[in-house]
Amino acid sequence: MAGRGRGQLTFSVEIVGIGKGENLPPSSVQPTPLFPPLDQKPVPLQTGEEAEYMLALKQEFRGAMKTLPFYIRPAAPKKDVERYSDKYQKIETSDNSLEWKPDWRRFPKELRVREKRPLRDKSPAVPKQPKQPRVDKEEIIRKLETLEQKEEDRSSDEEDGEKKKPQEEEAEGEEEYDEEEFEDETDYIMSYFDNGEEFGGDSDDNDEAIY
Amino acid sequence: MTAQEVRLCGLLLQEHFGNVVEKVGTHLIRSGVLTLRALAHETKLPLDLVKKSLCVLVQHGMCTFGAGRRGPAGPVEYRINCEHIFHMLRYPRYIYTAKSLYGDTGELIVEEILQRGQMTMSSTVKTVADRLTHNMPEGQSMDYSEVVSAFSQLVETHFLQRCPPLASAGSSSSGAVDTPLPVATQPTEPESNPDCYKLPYINLTGQGKRRRSSEGGEAEQRAAKKARTDNSECGDDGIYWQVNFQRFHLHFRDQAIISAVSCKLDQTSSEIVRTMLRMSEVTTPAHAAFTQALSANEIFRALQSSYNIARPNLDQYLSLLVDDPMEFVGKTGDSGGGMYVVNLHRALANLARATLESVVQERFGSRSARIFRLLLRKRHLEQKQVEDFAMIPAKEAKDMLYTLLSENLVQLQEIPKTPDYAPSRTFYLYTVNQLPTARLLLQHCYKTVCNLIERRLYETKENKRLLEKSQRIEAILASLQATGAEAAQLTEVEEMITVPERQQLESLRHHINKSCTNQLLSKHESVT
Repeated sequence: MAGRGRGQLTFSVEIVGIGKGENLPPSSVQPTPLFPPLDQKPVPLQTGEEAEYMLALKQEFRGAMKTLPFYIRPAAPKKDVERYSDKYQKIETSDNSLEWKPDWRRFPKELRVREKRPLRDKSPAVPKQPKQPRVDKEEIIRKLETLEQKEEDRSSDEEDGEKKKPQEEEAEGEEEYDEEEFEDETDYIMSYFDNGEEFGGDSDDNDEAIY
Repeated sequence: MTAQEVRLCGLLLQEHFGNVVEKVGTHLIRSGVLTLRALAHETKLPLDLVKKSLCVLVQHGMCTFGAGRRGPAGPVEYRINCEHIFHMLRYPRYIYTAKSLYGDTGELIVEEILQRGQMTMSSTVKTVADRLTHNMPEGQSMDYSEVVSAFSQLVETHFLQRCPPLASAGSSSSGAVDTPLPVATQPTEPESNPDCYKLPYINLTGQGKRRRSSEGGEAEQRAAKKARTDNSECGDDGIYWQVNFQRFHLHFRDQAIISAVSCKLDQTSSEIVRTMLRMSEVTTPAHAAFTQALSANEIFRALQSSYNIARPNLDQYLSLLVDDPMEFVGKTGDSGGGMYVVNLHRALANLARATLESVVQERFGSRSARIFRLLLRKRHLEQKQVEDFAMIPAKEAKDMLYTLLSENLVQLQEIPKTPDYAPSRTFYLYTVNQLPTARLLLQHCYKTVCNLIERRLYETKENKRLLEKSQRIEAILASLQATGAEAAQLTEVEEMITVPERQQLESLRHHINKSCTNQLLSKHESVT
C-alpha cells in the first residue's frame, strides 16, 4: 500500500502533514510493551466514607457467596490409592443433589437431579427407611436394635452391616449411596479392616460376617 | 460479546459461583444458545454438575431457558444474559443505595435477595429479622412488621419486583396454576405482568429469633426445617421477588445528573432539578428522552420549604438552567408559568462527552485534550486547521494527533475530490465519533477490571500464607482478649509486624478494584 519505500509513496504526504525530509519516528517492528511507561500519573483513588463502606460490602458479599450453596465445587479427583488422611479430611457429599431447594415449578424439568437412594432390592426384610433428617438418638438406638434382631434371623448377609452406617448418616440428614462396598470392586468388605479406632467402642453391636 | 466482556463475565462468575459455573457460563456465552446435552458434551463436565450450574444461573436470573428451534416439543435451549452478569459489579452500590434510602432494614433486604437471586416475601422477612435481631443487644428483637413495612416501601418505589410468571408455551393465559407445567416454558418480561408490584397478602406475625449458641444442633435444625415448611403456610407460595436493576440504574442516572448540575451551577439549582426528577419518577417511562412536562407552579409547590426559594428566584434559576450549554433542562411551553422538562438523553450524552474529554486529558495532557475538544465541537478539521484553531505549534500538534489516532480516539475521514480516490486529490479530515469512542473506552474499562481482578487473585495467592497466618493470629488474639491475658498479646502483635505491610498491599489492591468498578459504572451508564 505504501509502496516499496518511503521515497515511492503513491500520495504526497504533505496533505497529511509530513513535510519533506522531516524525521518520522522509526516504525516499530515489535508489539507494544506489556507495561508501557506512563507519561501522566493516574488520578488518585476515590476515598471517603462511601467508598470504604462499599468496599467492605463487596468483601463481605464475596465471602458470603463462598459459603452459600450456590458456590459449586467440582468433585475432587479420585486418588489412586486410598490414603489414611482421607478420613480426617472433609468428605464432600457423594450424591449430586443440590443443597438448596429451588422451586421446581419455575425450572425446566430436565434440570432436576434425582437423588440416589440406597439399594433396597438386596434386603427386602429391612424396613423402609423414610427420610428423617433430624432424629433423636433414641430412635437411632431403637432402629439399631430392631435391625440387629432381624440380622440374627437371616443368613449372614454382608450388606446389613453396611446398612447401619447409611442409617446413622441418614439420621444426620444425608442419603448416601451405599457405595462403600462396591467402590473399588473388590471382594473384601471395607469395614473388615479394623483400624483400631473402634476398639472398646460400639463394635459389639455390629454382627459382621466372620471369616 | 467482545473478548473482554466474555473474560469479565468468566471472572465474575468464578468469583461468586466457583470454577464449574464459570466454565459452563463462558462456554454458553461463546456458543450463544445450547441445549443441556450439547453443553455437557462440549464442556466435558459430568451431566449432574452441568445441571447444578444451570440451576444456579437460572435462580439468579443470569440464564434464561426457552423452547428451542424445534418448537415446544424439542429440547430446552439455554442462553446467558450477559448484562445481568455485569450487574454483579454493582451489587455493593445497590446495597448502599438501599441503605441510604431505607436504612439498615432495606439494606439487608436487598442484600439477601441479591445473594439468593429470588426469594419469597415471607422468607426474606424472616431471614432479615433474624439477622437484625442477631446484631441487636440482648433482650431486644426485631418485629416482623417493621421488616414488612420496609419491604413494602421498596416494592412501592419499584426497587423490587415480582419474578415474571412462566407462561406455558401452548395456552394463552399466563400463570395458570392448574395446568401442569410443560417441559419447556418461557419466562415473560417482568413488566408485562400486571401484578408486578402488587404485594401479596401474607399472615406473618412474630419476631426475629436470636440464634443462641447453647441450643443443641438438633433443635436448631428442627426449627430450620419447620421454617421451611412454614413457607407455604404464609400465603405467598410461588410468588418470588427479585431486584429491579433498571430502577436502580434510573436512580443512579438521576444522581449523576443532579451532581453534575450542582458541580456546574450551584446547590440550589441541583435541588430544583432533584425536585423535578422526583416528581416525574414514576410517570416517566424507563427509556424516555425527557421527563413529563412540569409547570413552574407545580415545581414551586413541590419544593421543600427548607430551601426558602422565592417564586421569582425560582424562575431565574429555571431560565439559567435552560440557557446552560449542557442542556439539562428545556422549556417546552409557557402555560402555568412555563413548562419545563429535564432532557435526560441530552444530559447523559453531554456527561459522556465530558467523561471522554477528561479521560483524554488525564491520559495525554491538557493540550491533547484541547485538540480533542476542538474536534468534538468542529466535527471535521484538516491538519492545518487543527494547528491554527488549537494554537499549538505544527510539529507538536501533529505528534499529538497521531498519538490520538493510534489509540483510535480520533478517526481519519477521506473526502475525494475526484471519482478515483487519488491520494493527492483527496481531503483527509480528522474527526471524532462520540458513540464509538465511548464504547471503545467502555471496553477499555472492562479490560481494566479484568486485569485488576486477576492481579488481586495473584496477590492473594502469593500472600496466602501470610494472610492465613494473620487470620490465625487474630483469632488467637480475640480468644485471649476474652480471657483477659495481657503479656501474650504483645508478643503476638510483635510477630505480626511484617504482616501489615503485606496487608496494606492487599487492601490497596481491593481499593483499586473497587474504584475502577465505580468509574466503570458511571461511564457505562452514560454510554448506554
